[in-house]
Amino acid sequence: MAVDTLTKTTCYHCGDDCNKAIEFDEKTFCCNGCKQVYSILSNNGLCNYYNYNDHPGANRARTDKRFGYLDNESIISELIDYSDDTKTIVTLYIPYIHCSSCIWLLEQLHKINPAIYYSRVDFIKKQVNIRFNKKEVSLRQVVELMSDIGYEPLISLHDIVKDQVVGQKDNLVKKIAVAGFCFGNVMLLSFPEYFGLSGYEQNFRQFFGWLNILFAIPVLLYSGSGYFVSAWHNLRNKVLNIDFPLALGIAVLFIRTVAEILTHTGAGFADTLCGLVFFLLVGKFVQQKTYYHLSFERDYRSFFPVAVQVIEGDRESPLPLSGLKVGQRVRIRHNEIIPADAILLKGDARIDFSFVTGESIPVNKTLGEVIYAGGRQMGEAIELDIIKPVSQSYLTQLWNNEAFTRQQDNRMQTFNERVSKYFTVILLIIAFGAMAYWLPTDARRGVAAFTAVLIVACPCALALSTPFTMSAALGVLDRNLFYLKNTAIVERLAAIDTIVLDKTGTITLGGRAGVLVDANLTNYQKQIIYSVCSNSGHPLSRQICELFNDYERLPVVSYREYAGKGITAYVAGYFVSIGSNRFVNVPRVKAEDKITTRVHIQFDEQYAGYISFEQAYRPGLKEITDLAGKYKIYLLSGDNDQERNALLPYFKDSGYMQFNASPQQKLDFIKSLQLAGRKVMMMGDGLNDSGALKQSDLGVAVTDNVNNFSPGSDAILDGRSLNKLPQFLRFSKNTVSIIHASFLISVVYNLIGLSFAVTGMLSPIIAAILMPLSTATIISFTSIATHLAAKKRELS
Amino acid sequence: MSIIYFLIGCSIMLALVFLGAFFWAQRTGQNDDMYTPGVRILLDDEPQEEKK
Repeated sequence: MAVDTLTKTTCYHCGDDCNKAIEFDEKTFCCNGCKQVYSILSNNGLCNYYNYNDHPGANRARTDKRFGYLDNESIISELIDYSDDTKTIVTLYIPYIHCSSCIWLLEQLHKINPAIYYSRVDFIKKQVNIRFNKKEVSLRQVVELMSDIGYEPLISLHDIVKDQVVGQKDNLVKKIAVAGFCFGNVMLLSFPEYFGLSGYEQNFRQFFGWLNILFAIPVLLYSGSGYFVSAWHNLRNKVLNIDFPLALGIAVLFIRTVAEILTHTGAGFADTLCGLVFFLLVGKFVQQKTYYHLSFERDYRSFFPVAVQVIEGDRESPLPLSGLKVGQRVRIRHNEIIPADAILLKGDARIDFSFVTGESIPVNKTLGEVIYAGGRQMGEAIELDIIKPVSQSYLTQLWNNEAFTRQQDNRMQTFNERVSKYFTVILLIIAFGAMAYWLPTDARRGVAAFTAVLIVACPCALALSTPFTMSAALGVLDRNLFYLKNTAIVERLAAIDTIVLDKTGTITLGGRAGVLVDANLTNYQKQIIYSVCSNSGHPLSRQICELFNDYERLPVVSYREYAGKGITAYVAGYFVSIGSNRFVNVPRVKAEDKITTRVHIQFDEQYAGYISFEQAYRPGLKEITDLAGKYKIYLLSGDNDQERNALLPYFKDSGYMQFNASPQQKLDFIKSLQLAGRKVMMMGDGLNDSGALKQSDLGVAVTDNVNNFSPGSDAILDGRSLNKLPQFLRFSKNTVSIIHASFLISVVYNLIGLSFAVTGMLSPIIAAILMPLSTATIISFTSIATHLAAKKRELS
Repeated sequence: MSIIYFLIGCSIMLALVFLGAFFWAQRTGQNDDMYTPGVRILLDDEPQEEKK
């Protein structure tokens, strides 16, 4: 064993261990793919790539992507941003971008091909913007070049990563800039008033007053316009939300400022007005956190290829997916996804349905069998006859469900929404009460009191408490690899009382991690096993082959396969039998045999050990199911109930476990729980969970790589952080308490302000102090409290 | 003290120039990517005769 580790070398390009090292240019490479990338780079004098970081490259052992569809004009025109005779601009999404070497290399594309003028990387968005001359190089060649150097773009016509709410945010930044600009200037012009102007400076007062009005106008009409629109919109829908008192406050502030300055009765509240709008917009900005590298809005189209190879006569041409019709014949090659329900016409189909069900073991299909959309072909090319349009397939018709067409997402009211209704009513009562009290004796004072109440009670602090707490909470969860779509989700997380778990991929680990070799095998014996198993098409044999695929194949004699039992063969003089415990003579049968799938191995009648295909559960499963006291926890699997017994210890009883659920049944199950008054959190990973994720009160997509495709959801959880879920739930409850506490603080400030206001004696300076002070208190309280709560839950 | 009218006028003009500059930067996308330029500046330009 020790000798083995000494000779181990790592690939110069990708850093993987080399089993069969390829020497080239005094460097070692794990595969030809990596060597090729290196030779392209060294031929173009781009070896600096390796100087910035060790092993920056992606493993190139598998290169089977084809970009033939990029010759299709209609696809090209959908992908490119701009094109004229000499210049074409395209933005490509490259998930692999991860280090400074990536930035450097991708910005040197013009050295490899001079027809590429320019390439710029946006590291956070993992995008590269390329300008090239389409007469000299086609889009396909550009993409192939990038693929050749290890940066394969992920091309999808329906990816929403590109056009998220960026424009909206951009507009908000401009509004903040204007508000901030006016706020600063108005403050400057208001100071003389606060410090007192001496007699001979009185003419400045008018001048400053007029300037203040001038600055307040853009704040009112441009920066603050959103609040008026929103308040009006909500009033028409007979909803009182927080924007109504805010808009009222802003309007009253402006009118009173103008009135005071025009009538020479006071200095007005222009600074309070500008400050209020500025802080409110900052709060809005903080709330709009965008994850550029994540997309929460994906549907099945993001999973599917851009185009398929359609066979017409003996011609084969790429066709965009939207043009695919029933009856067309398509060719699906290795690693390609079947886009619509189809009948197998030709070829050896071994379909990996991991996208659809999460099940990673490929399924064999025979000629004439219907293959559902979403499966990925492994192995040789197959030909299929399309029997249903893309949007009507077994899987994709789920998207026609009402859960997906639901426009607004008002599944749960936030604390803010609930409170602001009462807040507005009470505010109006106090304001009118104050006016009614003074009006008979002193009309002027009555109006002053009325406006002062509306100004001082303007729920600025209340409007800020939620955004600042939630964005701090979002930041904490973000650091712990739990990404929420928006800030409202934190409150929903706190309200959850039922958790529904998908099985495959969500609580189990996919891939090779579950394969365990419990046998003392020499390398030579492994080679023999590989040689025998490579003859078999059985899924388990395939997995064994994958496990030992570094070995060379040995000649196999008199190979025999016994269906459902095992295989035997002679290799290099050994008689090898591999199969179930009844097939191989196993010395002792342990109880676990019933739970895990095991393949036993025997050399020349001598038992050598077994390879078990255990479904490895994620480390977090125990922690989650320990929550059973407070939450109802269900298992909802699309898989068969083979693992019922293995999972039983985790769940209360088998009533809480449901197997063989179709995507539609999953959705219906969530709906039935909701009808029973439960607040349901669904955790899933596959496309088959999409309906349930959408229907639930909080849909969480669990994934091993957040840059991979995950179904549309409210939150994305990295599988490594699944064990922290109980902490997340407790933390979300804490943040809601923090919001309640900061609401109390803002009410106290409002009461202080109101005590001045109802007497009609509110001076501009008190308003100018009170408003920023309460804002500062709320912001510091929420961020410190959230930080402490995170520390308490060990999340920081 | 009438100089204050002139000074305030100047300060507002100057502030407006800055606001305009910010709008221009925002519109031309200079604030779109706040991370990559910081990395890019650390990457050296290639020396012309690099050995293979």
